[in-house]
Amino acid sequence: MHIPDGFLATPVWAAAGAVSVPGVAYCARRAHAVLEEGRIPLMGVMGAFVFAAQMINFPVGVGTSGHLVGGALLAMTLGPASACLVMTAILTVQALLFQDGGVLALGANVLNMALAGVFAGYLPFQLWGGGSRRKLAIWLGGFFSVFVSASLAMTELLLSGIPIPTGVALLSLVLFAISGAMEGAITVAALDALGRLNPSWVRTSQTAGKGGYGALWVGAVLLACVGILIASPLPDGLEKLAESLGIAGRASNLFKSPLSDYEASFVSAAWLRKALAGLAGLLATYLVCLAAGRMIAKRGSKA
Amino acid sequence: MNILPVIDAQQVRYSYSDGTSALNGIDFHLYPGETVALLGRNGSGKTTFVLHLNGLLQGEGTIQVCGMAVCRQNLAAIRAKVGMVFQDSDEQLFMPTVLEDVAFGPRNLGLGVDHAVQRAREALSQTGVADLAGRAPYHLSAGEKRRVALAGVLAMSPEVLVLDEPTTFLDPPAERELIRLLKSLPQAKIVVTHDMPFARALATRAVFFEKGRVVANGPIEEIASRFHWEI
Amino acid sequence: MSLKYAVIDRWSQGQSVFHRLDARMKMTALLVYLLSIATLKPVRAPEMIAFGVLILIGMTLSALPIGGFLLRGAVVLPFTGTFAAISAFGGQTDFAVGLVAKSYLSALGVLLLAATTPMPALLHAAQWLKVPRVLLLVIQFLYRYLFILVEQAGRMRQAALCRGSALSKRSRGERMSSAAGMLSVLFARSYERAEGIQRAMLSRGFHGQIPLLTNPAARLKDWAFALCAVAATLAIRLGGRL
Repeated sequence: MHIPDGFLATPVWAAAGAVSVPGVAYCARRAHAVLEEGRIPLMGVMGAFVFAAQMINFPVGVGTSGHLVGGALLAMTLGPASACLVMTAILTVQALLFQDGGVLALGANVLNMALAGVFAGYLPFQLWGGGSRRKLAIWLGGFFSVFVSASLAMTELLLSGIPIPTGVALLSLVLFAISGAMEGAITVAALDALGRLNPSWVRTSQTAGKGGYGALWVGAVLLACVGILIASPLPDGLEKLAESLGIAGRASNLFKSPLSDYEASFVSAAWLRKALAGLAGLLATYLVCLAAGRMIAKRGSKA
Repeated sequence: MNILPVIDAQQVRYSYSDGTSALNGIDFHLYPGETVALLGRNGSGKTTFVLHLNGLLQGEGTIQVCGMAVCRQNLAAIRAKVGMVFQDSDEQLFMPTVLEDVAFGPRNLGLGVDHAVQRAREALSQTGVADLAGRAPYHLSAGEKRRVALAGVLAMSPEVLVLDEPTTFLDPPAERELIRLLKSLPQAKIVVTHDMPFARALATRAVFFEKGRVVANGPIEEIASRFHWEI
Repeated sequence: MSLKYAVIDRWSQGQSVFHRLDARMKMTALLVYLLSIATLKPVRAPEMIAFGVLILIGMTLSALPIGGFLLRGAVVLPFTGTFAAISAFGGQTDFAVGLVAKSYLSALGVLLLAATTPMPALLHAAQWLKVPRVLLLVIQFLYRYLFILVEQAGRMRQAALCRGSALSKRSRGERMSSAAGMLSVLFARSYERAEGIQRAMLSRGFHGQIPLLTNPAARLKDWAFALCAVAATLAIRLGGRL
């Protein structure tokens, strides 16, 4: 789901940008450190491959066909940091050349698909990819890469005040789950075929058999997405969150003094409160992800 | 002969990572100004051999280029001496515009931007495509791509040109033009090709590869008739 | 298929006044324009019309086919329309109209830049705006091989169709695995191509850094354009609100 320009409220796209810019910069540094510029052609060609792969139809459902989205597949072949860069490059080309997703909304789309999508897609593979549940892990990766991206996009739209009735939002969740399941099936089939052609193309996941912990983490990602989604159509809930965090009151005072003359026209207090609550929500999600990532990294280094 | 060869390869052996041997002791010499055609069936080791000439592949045996051994510390100098033109121009022309692509080599030699651009423009006019400088390689015809690829190599002022199947995808007029262009270049040349009219037009000598060995070396007509190397 | 991908690339090769403007100036003007639209809330008709006029002026200067241009920008409308319809049904007609206007005008602005600036110039401009170099290089290689790989995939699909891959007689599992096979072959070809590129790079003395050329200096008329465009955009954005 590529969000076009004109949809997101300023705090939402700004916050998403504030997360994705350092995120991509970090991935760029890691990719740069691990690889050399000699590997850059490979990353670029793989980005072009994802475009080309969309011409291949997979008969996934009853009478319907889907195509590869690619986040999970790239992560499992190039590694998550490179995959994130490649996805960012893909999204940029799509935004500039095909008007698929906006330019200011690029921050949000990168956050959803290149960061959250790729890392959520890689997680099950990293945890269980070496074990007996390898196929399931790959499927889950494909599923997450799409489901997490789409849910985040939906959340951002809701936070921006796009009126989406709860029923529609829940229905969309079901649709996201279905396309996630399709991506999972395609990723499993594709990785299987790739592994048969040349096993060295598929990364080997070092960790295997830390099931319980992984399940917790995966569940947390899922719950975070669904939780935000369900919370956001209920503006009361959001505002309560903002009030309880003590942000809204202080922040609107802060903004009131210099801007009080125009307040009625464009800094509507309710809007600002909601937006700030949204920002806080995004920030909280980000911090939770970060903390969880740290924990996993620590565990990994101990093991 | 008291002229030193520009390329002197002795007993070059190479096996792939899976253990199959690709080259079983190749001896090969190339003298200044001459053009040699490498003939032989697909998989006989011609391309694998030429990839050794600038150290892209490194096997056993010794190779000397302009008196320098092909080894790690000489690689930069050797890659400036040996200009490789690959079969697939799209892989060779990887930069976004023709000028940037041709300037890629000179920039890697450490030249400043202005100097590199000047070299690139000179090379482009030498191959007759100066007007394409600002274009994107994707928009060029096969013949134009081949000339730009050649310019990219010439911009590094090499001593030897190695051309792998240079007539692939060319129509007859483009091939004729390429022959004329190559004849006008003073460098020693190695041409890997199946295209006999092309080989005849350029080369005086031919080397025949079979199963990773050089089985014949001599005047091109003689080799062609000895191996029935015609359609 | 490749036509859909190639049309903007073809447009960007034009030679109009607008095409020849400095890419950095065009990109800066676009960012100001997009920011002005994005921060507009609520949306009012006169401002939208004025932004539309700006785009029309740019379009006229660029000598692009107007119908094709407007249609091309309309690729955002199915997505936007869905959400607009939802809000219109919810009684928020103004919001719905604003949504459509904002997203369509933004898309046209981006299109105006992309259709009048070749990709290499866009990348140079982005480098000037301090976008990370590694990312730009990945985009550069992606774009270089995009059309080639898409065409390759198209030919593979054609060959598969000729051999009856779409016949419904075959089981779903069978068709699934043949699609996966095709995908893996495409992956393999892409991988080999990348290796070929690496060989070509090494052969020309690559030793870890991809050298880039620099931008030509912006001329007086480029600065004049940037100044006018930014001033007009800001005037529209702020004019009605002060």
